[in-house]
Amino acid sequence: MSLRVEIEKRLGNFALQAEFETREQTLALLGASGCGKSVTLKCIAGIMTPDKGRIELDGQVLFDAEKGINLPPQKRRVGYLFQQYALFPNMTVVQNICCGIRARGAERERLVREQMRRFQLEGLEKSYPAQLSSGQQQRVALARILAGEPKAILLDEPFSALDSYLKWSLEAELTQMLAAFSGPLVWVSHDLGECWRNCRTVCVLEQGRTGPVTDLETLVHRPATVEQARLAGCRNIYPVRLTPGGLRVPGWEASLPLPDSAEAGSMLGIPAEAVRVGCGGTPWTVCRAVRDLEWTEVLLQPEGATADAPVLCARLDLDQAVQVGETVTVSFDPARLLVLKERTGR
Amino acid sequence: MDWYPLYNSLRIAAISTAVIFFLGIAAAYYIAKLPRLIKGILDVVLTLPLVLPPTVVGYLLLRVLGPKRIIGMWALETFGVKLVMTWWSAIFATMVVIFPLMYRTVRSAFESFDETLSYAGQTLGLSNTYIFWRIRMPCCRQGILAGTVLAFARALGEYGATSMIAGYTPGKTATISTTVYQLWRTGDDALAFRWVLVNVAISAVVLLAVNLLERKHPDGGKRRRRA
Repeated sequence: MSLRVEIEKRLGNFALQAEFETREQTLALLGASGCGKSVTLKCIAGIMTPDKGRIELDGQVLFDAEKGINLPPQKRRVGYLFQQYALFPNMTVVQNICCGIRARGAERERLVREQMRRFQLEGLEKSYPAQLSSGQQQRVALARILAGEPKAILLDEPFSALDSYLKWSLEAELTQMLAAFSGPLVWVSHDLGECWRNCRTVCVLEQGRTGPVTDLETLVHRPATVEQARLAGCRNIYPVRLTPGGLRVPGWEASLPLPDSAEAGSMLGIPAEAVRVGCGGTPWTVCRAVRDLEWTEVLLQPEGATADAPVLCARLDLDQAVQVGETVTVSFDPARLLVLKERTGR
Repeated sequence: MDWYPLYNSLRIAAISTAVIFFLGIAAAYYIAKLPRLIKGILDVVLTLPLVLPPTVVGYLLLRVLGPKRIIGMWALETFGVKLVMTWWSAIFATMVVIFPLMYRTVRSAFESFDETLSYAGQTLGLSNTYIFWRIRMPCCRQGILAGTVLAFARALGEYGATSMIAGYTPGKTATISTTVYQLWRTGDDALAFRWVLVNVAISAVVLLAVNLLERKHPDGGKRRRRA
């Protein structure tokens, strides 16, 4: 079973151009807020109609602009887990789950009982969504979706509005409950950690355009574009000039070692792990130091640089004490420097 | 005391509210989907009766429904039915006056409805008709009920347009409000006061009934929303 999406959609000033394919695995659709993730999901589910393109699921065409095919959401069999679960507030747990079941009569009764047992909802039959905890709501929503035997499941930022403990416990539960599902699964998120824990492949959506589908390993360790590097947590991204002596970041005196793949017009990403502080190198001044939970984050500028020179963000062990205004030596691990493209090219 | 005005008022209010219940809901549902410009124009036209003096509404209705006017003439020729100065004439007047009340309250109820519920229903395979009657309507029931009651109460009290299009004929077109005016004009103060009490009692009962109906409902009204 596979899900193939190739669509274009214009909404006022915003243009979405999404293209990806996924098989029986969890694909993360990763991007900053407002980049078109939800629009993409809505187009797949049939809630929104793309202007152009084609959507295919399990060999069935759900949408084809050229052939004039546009299946209504009711016929697509795409499960959609909404952010706030979208349980019907006027219906009980059982009635909510019944909404997902296509069978009628005795078979329907049996399926409801089965879902109630599978999702540990027994005893809550007559409760209304407002009376349930977040965990129970999530289970009802999933029970309702899976009761319809969907061919694909879309998850729209399932935990974006939750505090970290609740997020952690619901995430564990969700992954466990979805483990039995064998079709394509698209997990929309803006949180790399969430994708890393739950998905195998990733497609980055930046400003309405999708990049290639890659595995998460590549995205985290070898991001190719500025947006990907930002999503992977890289704070230091600079425009650079190529000089015979190496890379020059405007505002910094010293040159940096030149990675092989550097070419004109590229950007330089320096992951915090690529910066070595206090192990020799050029002198830099500490202009800010913030103790975080697991490290101390320091912002550095080359010694003697003007105040508007770009700052470098680095991480120190918590026991490595530094003072603001102090001078430290900094060197870079050339193997970990990233050469980035401005944006996804096709 | 002749109870005909009470019977006539209730029947006019009930019929016009029943018709406007569906018309108002349909208008609120479909107009919301139209492009902005057409929506704006329709909104003005449909809300106008709310702000126009009832006499102006009455005048306009006479222009259309009168026996020598387009619709009035057509109805008379085709069905042999007179549209003005009969008891049912008042239904046209009250319908025009209460439509905006129903339309506007239902529309604002629909606007506060969470559309993701409807999307969720569609992806689960529920038909649009089911979603409308079993999810959208129950979720908006407070607004719809409020609109219906407002419309009924207003229909019961309609005077201006009714008196112009149906007039006052005792035992035929008399309603509570036209009776009160007629009795006061002819100096029968005591009887007028009794009709006033009747009207106040009906309105109070209607409002009380709504409050009681709304008090307890299974989903408790405490809809938990996480930001």
